[in-house]
Amino acid sequence: MSTVLAVALVVVLVPRIPGWDKVRGSFFDGDTFGETFPKLPGRFWYDIQIFLICTPCILLLGLLIAFARNVRTPALYPLRLFATLYTDIMRGVPMILWITIIGFGVPGLIQNRTWGKAVVWAGVALVVAYAAYVAEVFRAGIESVHESQRAAARSLGLSSRQTMMHVVLPQAVRRVVPALMNDLVSLQKDVALVSIVGPVEVLREAGIAKAKFYNFTPYIGAAILFLCVSIPLTRMTDHLLARERRRMQGTAVR
Amino acid sequence: MTETKLRLSGVVKRFGTKLVLDHIDLDVARGEVISLIGSSGSGKSTLLRCINLLEPTDDGVIELDGIDIAEPGLDADPIRRRIGMVFQSFNLFPHMTVLRNVTIGPRKVLGTAQAESNAVARELLGRIGLADKADEYPDRLSGGQQQRVAIVRALAMQPEIMLLDEITSALDPELVGEVLDLVRDLRAQGMTMLIATHEMEFAREISDRVCFLHAGRVLEQAPPEQLFSSPQEERTRAFLQRVIDLG
Repeated sequence: MSTVLAVALVVVLVPRIPGWDKVRGSFFDGDTFGETFPKLPGRFWYDIQIFLICTPCILLLGLLIAFARNVRTPALYPLRLFATLYTDIMRGVPMILWITIIGFGVPGLIQNRTWGKAVVWAGVALVVAYAAYVAEVFRAGIESVHESQRAAARSLGLSSRQTMMHVVLPQAVRRVVPALMNDLVSLQKDVALVSIVGPVEVLREAGIAKAKFYNFTPYIGAAILFLCVSIPLTRMTDHLLARERRRMQGTAVR
Repeated sequence: MTETKLRLSGVVKRFGTKLVLDHIDLDVARGEVISLIGSSGSGKSTLLRCINLLEPTDDGVIELDGIDIAEPGLDADPIRRRIGMVFQSFNLFPHMTVLRNVTIGPRKVLGTAQAESNAVARELLGRIGLADKADEYPDRLSGGQQQRVAIVRALAMQPEIMLLDEITSALDPELVGEVLDLVRDLRAQGMTMLIATHEMEFAREISDRVCFLHAGRVLEQAPPEQLFSSPQEERTRAFLQRVIDLG
């Protein structure tokens, strides 16, 4: 009920704001939308591809860094220190800067047609920076598994590696799925930042159309496309989590 | 004279500056059942964890079949698989079915084939009346059922000795019986056991010998009838008095 009221207020009040007509003309122009939108999904596929390639790399690298941060052996302390520094530095700089620095910087060093492509290195930037965020998520999950689970596994004779793979990690991953999906949803959007090094993906294409039609409507089209992916992704996560909870416990605690 | 299965001599464990185990000496014969009693913090649990090499010891010797297993740098995994341990809080793996909980040890550590380990696990679960729970997740079981599964999980590794760490302390009173019955069965089968417990009646009934621990030392050890009826040490007497008053 309150939702309906809120929506009604917005619908009634917003058009009364002076300047609304101007905004509607430049952001919600039907003709421009009709002309520019058909080109966008094809470009958006480019973003999806980058996302699909980067995601497994990020999860793998993130997991490795999380392992490195969990190392307890004194001899491997340098590894742990490196992993800590890595996460601090990667998370301490805005994504757009990493994409600029690595996406433009490395090709300048390499001078090779295949491996010197800016878009490849922009993808690498996404991977190395996101891996730091994901590593922190994994680490929190690993640390949340109680020590007694490790003790039980080790007392059966499982090695520390087997304990990690079969007992700790599966529980840790289940616990961090929501946080992980949050990161992936924001990655799915940050993929558009790759446009700054040149490739014509959806944001770039929308920008080109904007310049051509002198109208911002193409950006709305791009936004709709992102929503088409991120909303189902979020809903699916919730669904999977709820199912997992039901499976492991007879009743859910409210 | 029966054969010594486990021998502890001068075992010392410190947490920081706190001396938790203060030169423990203890001999366990094959097939013998020993109860460890004493107030919380007397070192019972730590002793069991040290025997299973979950905690490194600071000094002393732990011999299993005459071989020192406490030696630093020794690979602990092959030794742990010979020693079964059951915990106060069950510690079943919540993301695995009961069957998988019981079979993971044999499959991953002993390399037993899936079909065979499943058959053995179902057989063991059947013996404790939980065959129909094999495909459930642990959270769906009562505490008593979970603890019995935990015992079966340890047994599936065919251990030579079982360490039971206050396995009934987290259970509702009406569920204690079913778990203790299972321990009685183990005794009847000749399992060597070290049992840390607060159940004095049970310790009296099941043990060949009862050890009273105080401040990290074995203050007194004797057959149960002797230790419970005529304790030699003042502290043992005081402890038993307190426990019996509570009971």
